[in-house]
Amino acid sequence: MIEIENVRKSFGNLEVIKGVSMNVARGEVVSVIGGSGSGKSTMLMCINGLEPIDSGRILVDGVEVHAKGTDLNKLRTNIGIVFQQWNAFPHLTVLENTTLALRKVLGKSRAEADEIAIKQLEHVGLGDKLKVYPSKLSGGQQQRMAIARALSMSPKYMLFDEVTSALDPQLVGEVLDTMRLLASEGMTMIVVTHEMAFAREVSNRVAFFKDGLIHEIGSPKQIFETPERPETAAFLKSVL
Amino acid sequence: MFDINYTFHWNQAFRALPQMLDGALITLQIAVLSMIIGIVLGVALAVAKEARLAPLRWFAVTWIEVARNTPALFQVYMIYFGIPAVLQLVAGAFGINFRAMGINIFYLDSYWAVLVGIAFNNAGYLAETFRGGLRAVPPTQTRAARSLGFGAFAAFRLIVLPQMFRAVFHPMTNQMVWAILMTSIGIFVGLNTDLTGVTQELNARTFRTFEFFALAAAIYYVIAKIVTGGARLIAWRLFRY
Repeated sequence: MIEIENVRKSFGNLEVIKGVSMNVARGEVVSVIGGSGSGKSTMLMCINGLEPIDSGRILVDGVEVHAKGTDLNKLRTNIGIVFQQWNAFPHLTVLENTTLALRKVLGKSRAEADEIAIKQLEHVGLGDKLKVYPSKLSGGQQQRMAIARALSMSPKYMLFDEVTSALDPQLVGEVLDTMRLLASEGMTMIVVTHEMAFAREVSNRVAFFKDGLIHEIGSPKQIFETPERPETAAFLKSVL
Repeated sequence: MFDINYTFHWNQAFRALPQMLDGALITLQIAVLSMIIGIVLGVALAVAKEARLAPLRWFAVTWIEVARNTPALFQVYMIYFGIPAVLQLVAGAFGINFRAMGINIFYLDSYWAVLVGIAFNNAGYLAETFRGGLRAVPPTQTRAARSLGFGAFAAFRLIVLPQMFRAVFHPMTNQMVWAILMTSIGIFVGLNTDLTGVTQELNARTFRTFEFFALAAAIYYVIAKIVTGGARLIAWRLFRY
């Protein structure tokens, strides 16, 4: 379970998260929607400790992420994250990209790591690209590789940070399909997204972010059909 | 008027070729070792120059500034003559006289003085090259690595460094050639086993200055060409992505 309690976070003088609280239970898919600069992505970076927070706390399975003495490297192996810019390691093949952390972080043998990675890469439809370098892949394929790379660590949670925003429109579908598959398998996911149809279809709950705050959180049906807050209604009107 | 009654005697020079090639081996050895040390220290200096800790930054800046803005000959001289003298002096100030004790503890022989001097120079130049190379690797790469559970050092070593080395590979090759040519200043600290040293000894015995040094220059040229050619091959093999 991920528990976010009254988290605040500033970059210099700019407060980007102004007291956010939210819980995500195991097996749940929560989509986070909202305009650019509303703090959604920063929130994700805080959950796995890539960004420090100013106050409040975040607990992942009871472990306080930003507490002194928390082993962030260990924690992060439980929380997979996929970025908007897919961040493939360009000097490694698809297989090496996926096995590196298995071998060097989890200490698995090459054979073990290969087996896990190949399974994950086949899962996302890249079984025939093992020896290929990322520069030879399309954006969608690189993004699916990034998903496989994160999944190969067998994380309990997956965070997706606008993973389709930098993709050509015709490549969005393949990545969303991969995420749908994951959701259907019961993966706990927090998905920051601009894909409203996807959020509506796949999520258990949808959170609407604006100006560093969650203005509304509820079932997709409630958020998309009967939003309570005028801000939510206005946002949805502008994007749908 | 110039007396131009000089007749070339190439046979003598060619007969000495095996000796000169032995010297070339020493030259290459110094260059390779100084390059390896230079790369390791260069990476450390590049990182230190960006460090949060001010003394670390100052140390790196001083090193890089001296290495890049003073003659390499001066640097080798300092290591061969200057630093031992200074250290003896400092020790003397504390009432320790190593020389009286029969210990020449700070003395480096000419081979090591040249090796250390050129390594110092390489490190300074490479540090700046590496700093540029590090900037060419997007910070998101580190972020992605950290998100997979890599520690800061592992992320740097496994993800950032390999990409940096690609960006700086050609400047590094230049530095390697430069290191080979710099070894010739060993002659000023009495190095007589490298290519220039061997050539100078042959010259002193025979006064066939032009022949010997022309041959030496040709050997330097061939070594430099082999190094750049070899580097191209390595780059082609290594950077397939």
